[in-house]
Amino acid sequence: MTTNLFNKVWDQHTVGTLPSGQTQLFIGLHLIHEVTSPQAFEMLRERKLKVMYPERTFATVDHIVPTDNQARPFADGLAEQMMSAIEVNCDEFGITLFDLKDDRQGIVHIVGPEEGLTQPGLTIACGDSHTSTHGAFGAIAFGIGTSQVAYVLATQTLAMNKPQVRRIEVTGKLASGVYAKDVILYIIRQLGVKGGIGYAYEYAGEVFDRMNMEERMTVCNMSIEGGARCGYVNPDETTIEYLRGRPQVPQGDEFDKAADEWRALASGPDATFDDEVRFSADQIEPTVTWGINPAQSVGISENIPPVDEFPADEQTGVKEALEYMSLEAGKPIRGQKIDVAFIGSCTNGRISDLREAARIAEGNKVASGVKAIVVPGSQKILKQAESEGLHEIFQAAGFEWRAAGCSMCLAMNPDKLQGREVSASSSNRNFKGRQGSPTGRTLLMSPAMVTAAAIEGAVTDVREMLSPVSV
Amino acid sequence: MTQITQITGTGIPLLLDDIDTDRIIPARFLRCVSFDGIGEHAFEDDRQQDKSHPFNQPQYHEGSILVTGRNFGCGSSREHAPQSLMRWGVKAIIGESFAEIFFGNCTSLGVPCVTAERPALEALASLIKSDPPLEINVDLQAKEVRYADTVVPVDIAASAHEALVSGQWDFLSQLLENKDAIRKTASQLSYMQS
Ligand code: SF4
Repeated sequence: MTTNLFNKVWDQHTVGTLPSGQTQLFIGLHLIHEVTSPQAFEMLRERKLKVMYPERTFATVDHIVPTDNQARPFADGLAEQMMSAIEVNCDEFGITLFDLKDDRQGIVHIVGPEEGLTQPGLTIACGDSHTSTHGAFGAIAFGIGTSQVAYVLATQTLAMNKPQVRRIEVTGKLASGVYAKDVILYIIRQLGVKGGIGYAYEYAGEVFDRMNMEERMTVCNMSIEGGARCGYVNPDETTIEYLRGRPQVPQGDEFDKAADEWRALASGPDATFDDEVRFSADQIEPTVTWGINPAQSVGISENIPPVDEFPADEQTGVKEALEYMSLEAGKPIRGQKIDVAFIGSCTNGRISDLREAARIAEGNKVASGVKAIVVPGSQKILKQAESEGLHEIFQAAGFEWRAAGCSMCLAMNPDKLQGREVSASSSNRNFKGRQGSPTGRTLLMSPAMVTAAAIEGAVTDVREMLSPVSV
Repeated sequence: MTQITQITGTGIPLLLDDIDTDRIIPARFLRCVSFDGIGEHAFEDDRQQDKSHPFNQPQYHEGSILVTGRNFGCGSSREHAPQSLMRWGVKAIIGESFAEIFFGNCTSLGVPCVTAERPALEALASLIKSDPPLEINVDLQAKEVRYADTVVPVDIAASAHEALVSGQWDFLSQLLENKDAIRKTASQLSYMQS
């Protein structure tokens, strides 16, 4: 019996045990952005501390960045202040910053992998809960708070409790029109938003083996929505080929040497886990949330379950969710009218997401009255999409084509829902008020499903829009 | 650092489940470079939509012990959430369970999050409603919450408990003590060679 990837990486990075019993864990890569870092730099200044390994921290700007008019100073004075703060801080402490003038800028969880900063076997931390995304490469990646950002800056370490490891196997093959987003929404629905507390999730089995890196990132991204501390996929040839030649990976023979080490990290066939669950791909169909947490979802052909089908202690929450969403138990989610369609975010703002959405948008028109926006996750994705003419397909269909950033995933920039608007969104959170209006409503789904909803003006089944030959 | 062993104060009853960090502090209040002034925006949207929200009610304004439900603080890692509660005046949270990152953030701010059984939380929350000036004592050392003549056993992760009662919840100084060990670990990692 051998140990799993998580334990191997954890042990390699263990500095020691702290008086509290926690592990002091070395962090191989630290990513920062403008929202959760300014107070951390202040802490360093107050204590007269330096950054211990400035070359292991990289910064980008994403949350507050306007995606239409990016001229400085920003119209929003507070956003401008945060932007200047990260510029000053990175300059003063010697940290590389991907700012708006740098073509490496984009959402923090997109640019790490894109630049090849995210690599197998690393421990990664970022002051953002969706840091779990980087686990797609077989890295152990944790979202942390601002105080912890200061710890990593000052010591390159964190005080951590070691989670248990749960292997989640999904066997079989996904049907056409069923995407990585549907897989993770399905898993969260089955295990619950608290199911992962105390666990790291290892995603394994045929479905993940077949996925490309972008799909694996979509899955790992939402581990946190299932309560898990992090999620990962074992590195394989798909991982290695994705990384080969990227700017921040070793080049030439050095790369092959690193690749051998990465392969050796993967959990072997006899690796042990604290818990194992198994699902089958043929149970998964296009999935849409109907509630106010990401576990409150149904397959597109199902009805919203009756309240009494939920465990007694969840029923109050279910009623609250239905009331907030103005949805009825026992009714289908299909046909629900939408006001806004949002394609983007660190969950689904990558080139393969945009290609798939464009394939469905091509030759169609956004329904009248629907505001539809496409926001690439990074400047490089934006350029790639434009070189393929995707922006023209989107614009011809009536979508707005925006600059890179977090946009409507959360309400920190000018892109926001208004009033009670209903949004079909490719992002990761359907919390009350998440998309900027305190009463706004979010339906999470795959980018393909968002596109289909934009065209229909209502939630629909994207499978009916895909021609069978194009699988 | 201060040892945190006893917290005494009045309560704020908010016995709801799955309260996420976007509700504790809506994202638009994250547009700041310091945590000053963030306290007044705790639960801002919930308060605007629900005039009877406990954070709107004057009888709980002095409250420092928040009583809540399951999975409190789920969602984002933003420290703005515990910071806003702390700056509002919350000194301890009693709930059925807590989201992990939120729990860790609270611990590093010296705000203990302790767990109790649901019936005990319901009893406490309804007593606070009928008697807002009720004095509640969170005894971390004994892992008990006491009020009137009731004693409720509570739990908290061993590492957080140890850190708080020994005054070692400022992890930064502990981490800084081990710089040699940090450098040694770093030197053994192959990616640190290149
Ligand atoms: S896209 Fe959304 S979830 Fe991702 S980092 Fe930005 S705000 Fe957070």
